Amino acid sequence: MSDFIGDWHALVVLLVAGVIPNQIWRLLGLWFGSGLDEGSDLLMWVKAVATAILAGVIAQIVVQPPGALASVPWGLRYGAIVAGLGAFLATRRSIFAGVVCGEAVMLAGTWWLG
Amino acid sequence: MLQRLTAGGFERLIAVRFAGPPVTFPPLDSLQWHGSLRAFGWGLRATSATILSVVLFVTFIGIGALAHDTHFSMLWAILSTVLVWAGPAQIILVSTLGSGQTILQSAIAVTMSAIRLFPMVVAVLPLIRGPKTRRRHLVLIAHFTAVTLWVECYRFLPHVPRERRIAFVHGLGTGLMGVALVATIIGYLLAANLSQTFGAAVLLLTPLAFLFSTLRNAKELADVLALGLGLVLYPLAARLNSGVDILVSGVGAGTLAFAVHKWRERREAA
Repeated sequence: MSDFIGDWHALVVLLVAGVIPNQIWRLLGLWFGSGLDEGSDLLMWVKAVATAILAGVIAQIVVQPPGALASVPWGLRYGAIVAGLGAFLATRRSIFAGVVCGEAVMLAGTWWLG
Repeated sequence: MLQRLTAGGFERLIAVRFAGPPVTFPPLDSLQWHGSLRAFGWGLRATSATILSVVLFVTFIGIGALAHDTHFSMLWAILSTVLVWAGPAQIILVSTLGSGQTILQSAIAVTMSAIRLFPMVVAVLPLIRGPKTRRRHLVLIAHFTAVTLWVECYRFLPHVPRERRIAFVHGLGTGLMGVALVATIIGYLLAANLSQTFGAAVLLLTPLAFLFSTLRNAKELADVLALGLGLVLYPLAARLNSGVDILVSGVGAGTLAFAVHKWRERREAA
């Protein structure tokens, strides 16, 4: 059972570094959201920044990969994203085609490199 | 022709194979929408009508496995999925803590990645709110809001009567979280047996799925620009090694995209 729960210190870290940093933005959205007009310049800017931050998160996972992804050479990681993007655009924006093509390129590359 | 066939065919195949046939909703004035419980049920069923459920499932297998490999407990992994409910934030949290960064550095990185939830909640709520809705009715919806729910609300909600939307989104959110929770547990249990290649493939899924679902939802030039500039500027900002690189590149790229959008708007008006 203690294996299941683990150490309480880690759970506190989860709360401080994981739960609160996420919920604070959701609560702020709930709090201030009602006053913001959907077409306002401020919301437009916030949306653009949010999209760019998401792009940063995507880039971070590819550029400074976590866990097992770090074992894949950088050229192959970038190549897989570019190939997936090509498939996504060629299929008139099919998320599925893009994901499958990107994954296929990465798997074929790791297999080929041994 | 061939392109269209394969793309449509793939999605239909996956929809039927893994998730059952697509849900078709009853007409807006149908008795099938009578009562919140029924609307909750339709929301729950809608989980099976989206390819993103499959992506979510595989992503959270990866998160479960990553949590196991970084020596967090099963309860920790479960709580992170239920309480954080944001895939990239969970990956950043586990990988920063696992690589020996301080709690403060990790909290800053997660906070940066979570800023996007603010405009998502702001954008989703007007779709759901009715004249009699109180703020406390929307708390759970704000909690469920993440990229998948955000994308799917735009797709599903026009087919849902407004007074049933809260119950519907509660159902949809519960369904999506259920999928992610099961996947987290499976990933955690399987982690010891996962090959490194499979682990890498699962982790690559998050950037691929996020990139394409954001791109598909991008309606205006500003959105595409923000995404493109954000991708290009992050590696440059990362060279600063400031600890808030994502914020630097995000605010920079987002502001630039917004400025270009305003400039074009003004030029068109003139």
